[in-house]
Amino acid sequence: MNLSRKWLNEFVKIDAPDREFAEAMTLSGSKVEGTADLGAEISNVVVGRILSMERHPDSDHMWICRLDVGKNEPLQIVTGAWNIHPGDLVPAALHKSTLPGGRKIERGKLRGVLSDGMMCGLSELGLDERDFPYAVITPAAILGDYKPIDPAKPSISPDIRPGDKIFGPVVAAKVEAVRAGETAGAWTCNISYAEPDGPTGAVLTTNCPNLHEDDLVAYNTKTGTVCTLADLHAEQREFPHCIPDGIFVLHEDCKPGDDIRPVIGLDDHVVEFEITPNRPDCLSVIGLAREAAATFDKPLALHTPEVKGGADGVLTDLLDVETPDADLVPRYTARMVRNVKIAPSPKWMRERLRAMGVRPINNIVDITNYVMLEYGQPMHAFDYRYVNGGKIIVRRAEEGEKLTTLDGKEHTLNANHLVIADEGRAVGLAGIMGGLNSEIVADTADVVFESACFDGTCIRKGALALGMRTEASAKFEKGLDPMNTLPAVNRACELVELLGAGEVVDGVIDILNFVPQPAVLKLEPDKINALLGTNVSGDEMVRILKKLDFGVEGDQVTVPSWRGDVRRMADLAEEVARFHGYNNIPTTLMRGQTTRGGYSADQKVENRLGEVCRACGYSEIITYSFISPSAYDKIGWAPDEPLRESMKILNPLGEDTSIMRTTALPSMLEVLQRNYNYRNRDVRLYELGKVYLPGGADGLAVEPKFLTLGAYGGGMDFFAIKGAVEAVLKAVRAQDVAFYPCGDDPSYHPGRCAGVRAGEQHIGVVGQIHPAVAANYGVDGELYCAELSVEALLAARGADPEYAPLPKYPPITRDIAVVCEEAVTVGALENAIRKGAKGLLKEVTLFDVYRGRNLGEGKKSVAFNLVLRADDRSLTGEEADEDVKSILETLEKDCGAVLR
Amino acid sequence: MKEQLAKIRAEALSAFESVKDAAALDELRVKYLGKKGELTAVLKQMGKLDSQERPAMGQLANEVRAALEDALESASKKMEEAALELKLKSEAVDVTIPGRPVRVGHRHPMYTALDEIKEIFIGMGFTVLDGPEVELAELNFDRLNAEEGHPSRDWSDTFYFDAGERVMLRSQTSPMQVRAMDSMELPIRIIAPGRVYRKDEVDATHSPMFHQVEGMVIDKNVTMADLKGTLNLLAEQLFGAGTVTRFRPHHFPFTEPSCEMDVQCHKCGGAGCPTCKGEGWIELLGAGMIHPRVLEMAGIDPEEWSGWAFGMGLERTAMRRFKISDLRLIFENDARFLEQF
Repeated sequence: MNLSRKWLNEFVKIDAPDREFAEAMTLSGSKVEGTADLGAEISNVVVGRILSMERHPDSDHMWICRLDVGKNEPLQIVTGAWNIHPGDLVPAALHKSTLPGGRKIERGKLRGVLSDGMMCGLSELGLDERDFPYAVITPAAILGDYKPIDPAKPSISPDIRPGDKIFGPVVAAKVEAVRAGETAGAWTCNISYAEPDGPTGAVLTTNCPNLHEDDLVAYNTKTGTVCTLADLHAEQREFPHCIPDGIFVLHEDCKPGDDIRPVIGLDDHVVEFEITPNRPDCLSVIGLAREAAATFDKPLALHTPEVKGGADGVLTDLLDVETPDADLVPRYTARMVRNVKIAPSPKWMRERLRAMGVRPINNIVDITNYVMLEYGQPMHAFDYRYVNGGKIIVRRAEEGEKLTTLDGKEHTLNANHLVIADEGRAVGLAGIMGGLNSEIVADTADVVFESACFDGTCIRKGALALGMRTEASAKFEKGLDPMNTLPAVNRACELVELLGAGEVVDGVIDILNFVPQPAVLKLEPDKINALLGTNVSGDEMVRILKKLDFGVEGDQVTVPSWRGDVRRMADLAEEVARFHGYNNIPTTLMRGQTTRGGYSADQKVENRLGEVCRACGYSEIITYSFISPSAYDKIGWAPDEPLRESMKILNPLGEDTSIMRTTALPSMLEVLQRNYNYRNRDVRLYELGKVYLPGGADGLAVEPKFLTLGAYGGGMDFFAIKGAVEAVLKAVRAQDVAFYPCGDDPSYHPGRCAGVRAGEQHIGVVGQIHPAVAANYGVDGELYCAELSVEALLAARGADPEYAPLPKYPPITRDIAVVCEEAVTVGALENAIRKGAKGLLKEVTLFDVYRGRNLGEGKKSVAFNLVLRADDRSLTGEEADEDVKSILETLEKDCGAVLR
Repeated sequence: MKEQLAKIRAEALSAFESVKDAAALDELRVKYLGKKGELTAVLKQMGKLDSQERPAMGQLANEVRAALEDALESASKKMEEAALELKLKSEAVDVTIPGRPVRVGHRHPMYTALDEIKEIFIGMGFTVLDGPEVELAELNFDRLNAEEGHPSRDWSDTFYFDAGERVMLRSQTSPMQVRAMDSMELPIRIIAPGRVYRKDEVDATHSPMFHQVEGMVIDKNVTMADLKGTLNLLAEQLFGAGTVTRFRPHHFPFTEPSCEMDVQCHKCGGAGCPTCKGEGWIELLGAGMIHPRVLEMAGIDPEEWSGWAFGMGLERTAMRRFKISDLRLIFENDARFLEQF
């Protein structure tokens, strides 16, 4: 919501500079997003009056002008524009002036002649023709400017003379004199042409501003007009200087030397507000004025519209309104204006609209926009002649009913849309946009002003379904004050009369489908102070509420109709807090019962899991919870894999983020791929995140957490990532941990993948990503991943550590190397060693696996370091040998492994 | 004899003084102090002295011996020191050669920021809650006073799993307020961090998934002043002592009064700069006193209990904390990014 400070000042006088104003409004609840000085970029530009003009001696198109700019000496400015005349008031950018877009103007020479500044056109001031409709330039074709497209075949002879025929009734004529005409933008012009049998001259009125004494023009003897380029069917390049552009000739109440900014309405400052959805009343100048008056403690001067009326006809004869869907139309108010004269609206109105970001169109449309901005009440004006039968019916659209709106788009409607219709057809989409079939046009004579209150949800849904959220619908959807429709329509009619835009018919059509019932609340200062932690007096509370137009009698507070957001004590507390100042509320720390707080046991373990991963060199990542359905294909899952069953988002941003992942593996692989593509070497990553499985309670998901590791490069292999997994298991003190070959997980290399178990608890899987899966991610190197269920890790959590006495006696170590079949696993050998030991074996550590021709085909040698120790004595070598012997026997018996 | 002793003393001391290596020193030791050394030889003559001279001469001889032994020891020590110095010199390393790398992983910066927030609240007796991300619209909206028709319920804003708009991806961590009220004993002090989802296209400041942390207190006599005090503490812990904050009125359906808390821009100190878009302040979080209607819907009597709640975006906090310029970096997980933290 933009606010013109000039407009605001009409209701409450506030002189504070923009920054101070913004700060104070923000702190009282109307958040300011920014402020703008509309004329900030313009400096040292003044009004100048052209005293004289002479043609530039060294140019075929430039003029040397002398201007009165309110100083002792006239100023000389050279221009290439042709639309000016002595006596004109123009914007003159003086030496060392600035213009919009950072443009700087300085004194200079144009073809050797001093030019002490520049005269400005509309666009150079940041304006266009809609801001100043009278500044439109319609150039006449000046024959001296003619440049034939083909120099060999000119359409107009270079030595054409007055009276020479050009075609049909069009002859060459010489301009003898030009005088400003009666109205702005019109000139009276004396021309002469020699014609044997007729008059040799004429006096005519033209709105072509580029005529000057001695110009040769094309004169149409039949119509009595000077020809434009279009009249001659000429192209612009044939008359390069007869262009619809030039200097902005001012028709404003101003004098030479005046600062240009107030003259063209660029002396306003605009404040942009972010209005929260609970305060639709602040989407208006009056609403913000009320807030500003309370914020700055200044009187608010509101205005009651007065309408003279008196146009011919009786309103009830002319117009009948029906609201069959009364629940969607709490109030419908309408008035009529007759004998409308469509014209541009006056400058003050255009300026205000422009300051608020609304483009002026014509007086009637501008009035509806003006009232919407001022009162926050969307208005619609439609042409009465297209309301067949003089009957307006506000109804739900019929299924498939078609309507073309003002923006030229055709919509197919259904019963969820509310339309304004006559007896036969819809003429507008209620609360959203008018229909093209009843648009205000140049010859509109009778106008109906609609000022209604529609159901917010209905309008919001309708606008959303059609994808056309308009300024009006954005207001309606927040729920407007039904009491506002009547003042607003009266204000519109008042403005019609003020602008002389038409005659207002007496009376108002006003259908109320609700019973106005103001909310009355009890003012309990103690409770308010208790909630806020303040000590604001009851009197001060009353003062604040009254400033906001709440009615207060005793402890009874009547809420104004536009404050639908105030319903109970807490809401009153907010009003008090806003104007007492949030920053004047003391700051205290909580008292009351202390609570224990802290992390739960499970949360502590989760924290620990992350710490261990980082200690192992893995860095944490965060990935999206939603993935593409094709991710399951990429990780090699079978088409009938049950985990493909995922929660599906009905309105995803795109296919890639359309289902909730049931595995975090694709997310990890994508991140590995990205790092691989960035040529990051030695990558180690982990994520502790959820997956989302359908089938939870209440139709929700089951959301178990997984610890996913991913790595490549830097000597990463199966055993490196397995080491990290082992560290994780150790961190939770998992018991009976086992890694077993897992050749059937389609995401992993069948020979380099292990399932992980702790006792009966299945923890997860670790291994090298299947080369085909890696290839799906564009990676030709080896990727390693592990997926561990956090739930299972929590369940496998071992008991807290208990101190075991440190050994008092020295150990004896023995190295053994055994030869066995290739298929015998190290795990099996270790099991045999433990089984064979007789209670003295404390540690067994693999230190070598060797394959060689000397061992024989399909054989390997596996070497272990054994640590043997007794807790109560120093072992003798004999005792140790006894154990080793038993171990070797078991190895041979169980694994067929013999001492090498 | 006296002269002999004096001579030995002078010669020996000078010799010890100028000795060059351990072997020479040992030779000198033997020469002067050894069993067949010069001093011993002199002492052997003691017997020849008369009894009156003997004690004085004996004392002198002992003094000379002691002096020689001292000199020997100091020379020996000097030599050891020199030898050690030489050894250390030869063992010198180039300390500018980098240490052998120890690879340690990195906490994601966003979780580092979250950890800081958690620690602050845990210190104040808060419990950390985790909850479902696939959530009931009833808890995400209705129970939080965002009625049917609230714009955030639109399909253009919120992800739904069913046409009936019953199950959705939570758009805020606030439904955890409701879950806490429904499941916990009063008084309650919780924070609930987690993932939330809104239908925003990815750009430098938006992501369809991001993180929030919710905080809530319900107790007797809880005031807005308490809310301010606690959140000021949070700001100071996050951004340093003396961090200036301000509270602005705002609107949330589930709090009344509602506010937003700004911290003074760290770049310009409040004067206004591009970082704070000229405002001098940066929005940190939204908060307010729990709406009495929300308490009522949870079966809590607002006449007896009151509470406050806040919600803050974690990404933006982390981005400010670590001066991260683009939100996309958070979810891109480039190792070169992660390893900076």
